[in-house]
Amino acid sequence: MMRRALAAAIGVVAVAAAPVASAEPPAGAAACSGCHPASARVTSPVPRLVGLDQAAIVRAMQDFRAGKRTATVMDRIAKGFTDEEIQAIAAWYAAQR
Amino acid sequence: MKASRREFLKSALAASAALLPRSTFAQGSGPRVVVVGGGFAGASCARALRQSDARIAVTLVEANATFTACPFSNVVIGGLRELSAQQFTYERVAATGIAVARATATAVDAQARAVTLADGTRLPYDRLVLAPGIDIRWGALPGYDEAAAGHLPHAWRAGEQTLLLRRQLEAMDDGGLVVISAPANPFRCPPGPYERASLIAHYLKTRKPKSKLIVLDAKDAFSKQRLFQQAWAELYPGLLEWVPLSRGGKVISVDATTRTLVTDFGRHQAKVANVIPPQKAGRIADVAGVTDRSGWCPIDPVTFESRLQPGIHVIGDAAIAGAMPKSAFAANSQAKTCAAAVARLVTGATPSAPKLINTCYSLVAPDYGISVAGVYAPSSGQLAEVPGSGGVSPAEASRATRAIEAGLAEAWFRTITAEVFG
Repeated sequence: MMRRALAAAIGVVAVAAAPVASAEPPAGAAACSGCHPASARVTSPVPRLVGLDQAAIVRAMQDFRAGKRTATVMDRIAKGFTDEEIQAIAAWYAAQR
Repeated sequence: MKASRREFLKSALAASAALLPRSTFAQGSGPRVVVVGGGFAGASCARALRQSDARIAVTLVEANATFTACPFSNVVIGGLRELSAQQFTYERVAATGIAVARATATAVDAQARAVTLADGTRLPYDRLVLAPGIDIRWGALPGYDEAAAGHLPHAWRAGEQTLLLRRQLEAMDDGGLVVISAPANPFRCPPGPYERASLIAHYLKTRKPKSKLIVLDAKDAFSKQRLFQQAWAELYPGLLEWVPLSRGGKVISVDATTRTLVTDFGRHQAKVANVIPPQKAGRIADVAGVTDRSGWCPIDPVTFESRLQPGIHVIGDAAIAGAMPKSAFAANSQAKTCAAAVARLVTGATPSAPKLINTCYSLVAPDYGISVAGVYAPSSGQLAEVPGSGGVSPAEASRATRAIEAGLAEAWFRTITAEVFG
């Protein structure tokens, strides 16, 4: 019962997210897939961003930028983005399927 | 041999022209975009255009059936990778609904907005994207012409030249002198000559340890310099010597028959010589009138539209992209930015300000990777690095960290080639 309600809720979210998912990526978002695989078929230690939780992406980027999270290149890249840009990129990837 | 090859090419061209969907030539409904050049820039752009708006009829013009990637080709030269791992076809690109024309673009009519192919086919366009990569400036270095490249390979466009350099190294006796000549800026892949020097040094150290490698450089500074030099001192002491411009490193002429590289300060007779010559934008850029006196293509930083010819966009190594280096990652990033702008322009909308990224790994040894990264945005009509962002790997890092970056380099190659060709 609970599960069905949850599934329905997820369904609603997915439908609501659909127009966002097809929207043009915000500034900077398209470049990420140079390293973060767009396809699930690619084997990489670098995580796929598609469908990740928006808040998790935002937190990771802020931590990289602040030097609170260990990184090889993401610390250097995160410093090039504002809070607004990070929010927009995270929202876009969260809505992708 | 020559004649039969030409015949084959002719029939292949005819076949490819016949294979072009009707929609390539004249489509009543959707806007037409022609992309010339199927490398990291061109193939990425064609795919991004299709993805952003399926109504756009996209034609990708590429002369070769197989693309041979330059990133990681230094590992092939160093004997640790096969060239086949560098090669990709356009089957999956074509499967996304892009018309792939296997042909050479020979002319561009910027007024009438049409590209002409070698077989005479005319491709009308609403927007043209040129991604021709580089051409060698034959003759810019006295003594270095196409015939000389058969003796002193440049290996700066991956393929047969890559294998030639590898075979020469394999055939060399232990104790031989290898010389690399590195050009002045700008050129494709700024850290490339130094990664190549590193991986050749690795080959010599493990297989021919009495040999010596000299890098003659037309510059006094280069990409990731501190990291490279630190690693060279650690890994290849006494084997690899870098001679900068100020110490007579600039090669002013070459003699292919004796494999001699001449500088103002002396002559270096090599057993194997790799001449990385001066470069310019690929030929079609010149034909289209989008190159300036530098031989490269000035562009608008938001749309990548040529500053010289409206309706024509230039991406990748051929473009003057401000602070962005000529790398495969940058080409892919530029391609997606350009595609978004073109998709808007063909529907009468205004492109929005982009943000671009570059990440570029170099291997100093198979298990020793270093990187440079940057974030770029339009500023005063140029692509400028976002202040406070970017930079190179830390100077102080453990070998474990260097090994992680070497692994990330390989993962990057798998990821980007899957996105572009997979």
